[in-house]
Amino acid sequence: MASHPEDTAQKSGLSLEEKATIRSICREVEDDPARMMDILLRVQDRFRCISAPAMDVIAEATGLSRIAVEGVASFYAFFSSEPKGRVTIRLCDDIIDRFSGLASVTAAFENALSITVGETTPDGAFSLEYTPCIGLCDQAPAAMVNDLVVTNLTAERVHEIVAALKAGAPPEEVLVDRYAERTPYQRAKEMVSNNIRHAGPVLLGPVPEDAGLEAAVETGPAQIIRTLETSGLRGCGGAGFPTGRKWRAAAATEADRRFVICNADEGEPGTFKDRVLLTERPHLVFEGMTIAARAIGAKEGIIYLRGEYVYLRDLLEEVLADRRNRGLLGPAIMGVDGFDFDIRLQLGAGAYICGEEGALISSCEGLPGEPKTRPPFPVTRGYLGCPTVVNNVETLCHAARILGTGAQWFAGMGTKDSPGTKLFSVSGDCLNPGIYELPYGVSIRDLLEMVGAEDAAAVLVGGPSGTMIARDTFDRRLAFDDLATGGAVVVFNGDRNILEIVEYYMSFFVHESCGYCTPCRVGNVFLQKAIGKFRKGLANPSDIAYLRDLSDTIIETSRCGLGMTSPNPILSTLENFPLVYSAVAKPSADRTRATFDIQSAIENARQLAKRRSHIYDRDFTK
Amino acid sequence: MSDFSFMIDGVEIPACEGQTILEAADAAGIYIPRLCDHEGLRHQGSCRVCTVKANGRSVAACTQPAAPDILVENENAHINKLRRDLVEMLFHEGNHLCPICEASGNCELQAMAYRLDMTEPTQFPYLEPCRALDASHPDIALDTNRCISCGRCIRASQDVDGKGVFGYVGRGIHRRVSVNGDTLADTDAEVTDFAISSEVCPVGCIIRKREGFTTPIGEREFDKALIGHDIEEKRDD
Repeated sequence: MASHPEDTAQKSGLSLEEKATIRSICREVEDDPARMMDILLRVQDRFRCISAPAMDVIAEATGLSRIAVEGVASFYAFFSSEPKGRVTIRLCDDIIDRFSGLASVTAAFENALSITVGETTPDGAFSLEYTPCIGLCDQAPAAMVNDLVVTNLTAERVHEIVAALKAGAPPEEVLVDRYAERTPYQRAKEMVSNNIRHAGPVLLGPVPEDAGLEAAVETGPAQIIRTLETSGLRGCGGAGFPTGRKWRAAAATEADRRFVICNADEGEPGTFKDRVLLTERPHLVFEGMTIAARAIGAKEGIIYLRGEYVYLRDLLEEVLADRRNRGLLGPAIMGVDGFDFDIRLQLGAGAYICGEEGALISSCEGLPGEPKTRPPFPVTRGYLGCPTVVNNVETLCHAARILGTGAQWFAGMGTKDSPGTKLFSVSGDCLNPGIYELPYGVSIRDLLEMVGAEDAAAVLVGGPSGTMIARDTFDRRLAFDDLATGGAVVVFNGDRNILEIVEYYMSFFVHESCGYCTPCRVGNVFLQKAIGKFRKGLANPSDIAYLRDLSDTIIETSRCGLGMTSPNPILSTLENFPLVYSAVAKPSADRTRATFDIQSAIENARQLAKRRSHIYDRDFTK
Repeated sequence: MSDFSFMIDGVEIPACEGQTILEAADAAGIYIPRLCDHEGLRHQGSCRVCTVKANGRSVAACTQPAAPDILVENENAHINKLRRDLVEMLFHEGNHLCPICEASGNCELQAMAYRLDMTEPTQFPYLEPCRALDASHPDIALDTNRCISCGRCIRASQDVDGKGVFGYVGRGIHRRVSVNGDTLADTDAEVTDFAISSEVCPVGCIIRKREGFTTPIGEREFDKALIGHDIEEKRDD
């Protein structure tokens, strides 16, 4: 039942002015429901929350129901229904940050702000929260402060920052020296070191400007695709699908509109290569997108930038504007009639799943980041139902270089099945964390030597959805036919607790599951609880079989790649570190189930009864 | 009229272009267990109970297009085990207390558990959520503790009733069905909506007030026959 307009105004708690502000935010994107992400990002920014009355106004403006707006607003971690502080600090709580002193940094923030993680100060000035990997593992502990980032945090640095912020200085001035005078690139560099440790010949060495685009303009669409197919380029996001074949399929589908989307939603914990490319090679990224557009006949492109990389937004917008000015984007690119293409930047809002191409498209369409049913695949029916090529940042850079320098040159590097070079993001227990551009086929042992990690005990290749390997298999090679990876290499030394690492990654997948399908939504929670039993010493030998069994069900029945890989931290450590599990799994001595914890079982009753059990309470002091 | 055929567990199934595996199987009288799918509603593919192997690969039969000559495995020990795990997950995710639930006997979740031989306590932990009841509406109550997130009510309201009373909110384990307003009374839901009818909600979440126990326990649909019997009766062999 629709309420009377005046009723709503009263009930809503929004002033007329606030409503007008929200309406004008919607108007900026022409009240287009497909631009819901932009609307919600701006409302969250402006009001520090997206309240139910705000959702009503947005729903009315965009012609959606409130539940549709709420479905989107409640999906992304960076949106909140309760007001956040004017300065919102999001501490990265990835396992690398935990191993790099996160606890003392957290304590310092909590002390300085007099709140605990998850709270907002009573004056509404500060919020403190945890967030999963923000792509800065090579300089952990790191945090987001509103739209900026800060790295290599120490307790001392935290106290300085908070003191300055409390004194009223804006975060920009606190985190970036002479912020106002600097270019977006300088600001990014001031906040983040890119740690390029080894530049290879394709991406991080010298790159001639727009040579690939010039070649693409000369040769035309069919030859572009043939060149890519000859090069053997495979997608660099992790799955390794042949790029040329993807472009060919999109070009072959009959349609009036086609789209090129750059997947800059780099969310796999331990991966930060795209951050470096977006900072150091943004022209190459957009050049690659423009070549893709030429190849498939797209006029519109989107770069989907993960919300955690919002500090790169100004830099990327500046580069886009520059390319428009120089006729490299927009109508008649390089003077070619009919070669029209432009790119819009779509910011995400904290959702790992949006790295999955269907979910990414959903998010671009203003929907919750849920994967789409396949088939149809995006190349036939993607963004707004049109043929869409979604490529990883690195893949697009490679494509531009291949067009400029040649397919044979590229195919001559790496291995037969994995040609070219690859960016590896190395972090964890090593002397030189950072980015290494190396030919495919390099062995883990050689890489570890290069990064200064000869004492490594375990290496996680490809992030938590990849494989954790042990010393005896460090001769394995980084390539699609051995250890496939999107580029994350996380090193752990012998002092690290494998089960602690596994438990963290399972909690990550629980946090990031979209919840669409049963096995991923529920099964991962069960896996997390089961690992918790091992951590608490409550597991018995049958729990090892239980872990395998449940993992198999999740992998076999999940709808998308998240659920098909989320048990990997467990399965690969069961396989490669079996003693870690068997050492703590003990048969119970007294025939009771060790898993049954009487304390937690009676906790509810104890609270209701407001008294303690003389028989079961071990500790009366608490 | 069929365009091509494929095999399910050794039986040849005629199919038309554009049909899903589950649609073709239904027409041929082969029952593939499902919970989120319901005849007349868009396919969603979220409960995954209809998981089958098509040429050895796991797919959801309700969304996977039938294709010429594919070999589909539907009923075997392995697939039944996967389905039982999924149904158990749904039981453990919510609060399903059959003896005190009005839907008992008509409940598809309960019936699926019987069909899949879920006859003993399971090894999964109970999540025991605590979700508030919504009895605000004069004719309808919602007990989402029993909701299995199948979303049938969402699609029925949107596509059949043309209303949009329900929708998903939240993410991951916190994802749940909610209503278009602060409470159900704020929405334009009516007890005569298709979305509210007994055939849409497979469990006892959507409750029509003042009509409980009109059919006694013991005389209800799945008290008399296994779930899927209506489809299997169509089989002409």
